[in-house]
Amino acid sequence: MTSTASPATAGRRTPAPQPAPHTAPASSRPGGGSSRLHRNEKKWALLFVAAPVLGYLLFVLYPTLFALYASLTRWNGLGPMQFIGLDNYVALLGDERFRQALFNTFFYMLGIPIGLAISLALAIAMNRKIVGLTAFRTIYYIPVISSIAAVAILWQWAYNGDFGLVNQFLAFFGIDGPNWLADPTWSKPAIILMMVWKGLGYSMLLYLAAIQSVPRSLYEATALDGAGAWRQFRAITLPMVRPVTFFLVVTQVIGGAMIFTEINIMTPTGGPEYSTASAVFYIWKQAFQYRQMGYATAGAIVLGVLILIITLVQFRLNRRNSFAID
Amino acid sequence: MTTTTAPAAPATGSGTHPRLGRRARSRLTDTVVWVILAAGAIFMVAPLLWMFSTSIKTKLEVFALPPVWIPDVPQWDTYVRMWSDSFVLDGIRNSLIVSLSVTVVGTFTCALAAFALAKMRMPFKNAIFIGLLSGIMIPFPTLMIPQFVMFSRLGWVDTLLPLIVPAIFGNIVMIFFLRQYLSSVPDSLVEAAKIDGASYWQIFWRMIMPIIRPAVAAQFILWFMAVWNDYLAPILYLNTPERQTLQVVIANMNVQYATQRDYPLIMAASVVALLPILVVFLVFQRQIIESVALTGTKG
Repeated sequence: MTSTASPATAGRRTPAPQPAPHTAPASSRPGGGSSRLHRNEKKWALLFVAAPVLGYLLFVLYPTLFALYASLTRWNGLGPMQFIGLDNYVALLGDERFRQALFNTFFYMLGIPIGLAISLALAIAMNRKIVGLTAFRTIYYIPVISSIAAVAILWQWAYNGDFGLVNQFLAFFGIDGPNWLADPTWSKPAIILMMVWKGLGYSMLLYLAAIQSVPRSLYEATALDGAGAWRQFRAITLPMVRPVTFFLVVTQVIGGAMIFTEINIMTPTGGPEYSTASAVFYIWKQAFQYRQMGYATAGAIVLGVLILIITLVQFRLNRRNSFAID
Repeated sequence: MTTTTAPAAPATGSGTHPRLGRRARSRLTDTVVWVILAAGAIFMVAPLLWMFSTSIKTKLEVFALPPVWIPDVPQWDTYVRMWSDSFVLDGIRNSLIVSLSVTVVGTFTCALAAFALAKMRMPFKNAIFIGLLSGIMIPFPTLMIPQFVMFSRLGWVDTLLPLIVPAIFGNIVMIFFLRQYLSSVPDSLVEAAKIDGASYWQIFWRMIMPIIRPAVAAQFILWFMAVWNDYLAPILYLNTPERQTLQVVIANMNVQYATQRDYPLIMAASVVALLPILVVFLVFQRQIIESVALTGTKG
């Protein structure tokens, strides 16, 4: 970076003559020119990562530390913060609604294994040469790309007891469906069904990619040994898609723990007997409706820590299990 | 699946018979599978089609029993009414402003950082990368209250800035994937350009960007869709109807017009909220599906 450093000449990047004098100092590393080159490189590299690093400090690290402190205070978001130690956390323990919201949040996660089982079956079905495969893949994927707000509005209407699509469909079979979102028994299953519907295409796509990468010869070899379809599924397909299953479970648990939009749009009051309210819904209400910023922050930290613990446990279990399979 | 034994067993003469049986059986399975997939596909699109058909029904048809599946006279007027009577147009404009500025500037920041993290010498490189990655572990709900307070002190509440500014500093998921993608590019290429006297900026812009363009394009589309569909952050900050993003506009219409039982209008707005992304998806289907599949196998 001595003479050619000026952008005007470097821009041309002309071939033969220029590189020749340069290679000499570069190859003899300890030379002064090379270390200056390195210093220059470090400078530019730091400049190039400056934005994300700054963004991390300003919008992740600082808010995290701030949240940790705010959770120990009584605070309405505007006035002074009054330090009250762990009182918020103690109050959360005894808060019936917060516990209910946490319970609901984890209840929704029952949809994860259901969705994964269906999407794996779909992926296996699609791993054949049949007509219209691309069209099927596209159709199954449309709910995934659809705006969650629009989907929630649509399903809220579809769950209408008298005029909704779901009950009109059930009426074909002579079933008199409940008023889904107004019934504490059916409100959570209704939301699970909607989530499974929306997420199927995504899991299916990842499973399909994983299955397609399984070498054919594996199936052929086990078939020669007389293994049936079910045994092949257990012995080859399932282990081969394990990394995808793991990825999907981890990301969907994290995503599920943060469920909010569907709940807020479909049941703006938290549902009958608070049966649909999620943790984020509760935290959001506390913070932005009741202005209990300190208390809400404590709830958010409890949620964050729970997500962290569950994720770490999953990584732990995954490591142990994959050892058993190898 | 057990069929692969067939070619091995018969030697010559009688070989045709079991092979025929096998082909017929596999065709039967294909048909069964096709029927199941088609039934599933109907289940997947039915709600969306029903949403569209509701949007062109009259209010009477919406509440008709037995249900009207296809309206007698499509009420296209609902879409005209939605255009003039609601904030859908403002919503589209605001959503476009946020999504485009976030993805265009953010993609650029991410690509630069990925280049530096993958191909340049830098002190504490791994520490920086792992530090950035650790940010994924902190969920947005934990950050939202402090961020809200920060931005309200800046007077940014009820503007689009809190949705744009944090995001243009880059997104670690995209940096991660671009860095991964760059690891398949030989270092010698960058070294050669350096020896040729190219500046780091030129290496990035003339060499790295063209190489990572497919990855950038795919990530760009995914990010655009995510920002377009975002709901939680916009409802925290945006109060004035003219300043809301499309998702918030339709959610508010859902509350406002449900009391008037104007479901065609609500559904029309939802259709409009879905449509742009649907078009983007159908156009860039291949790239999107490939990059999504890649995401899973990397994880």
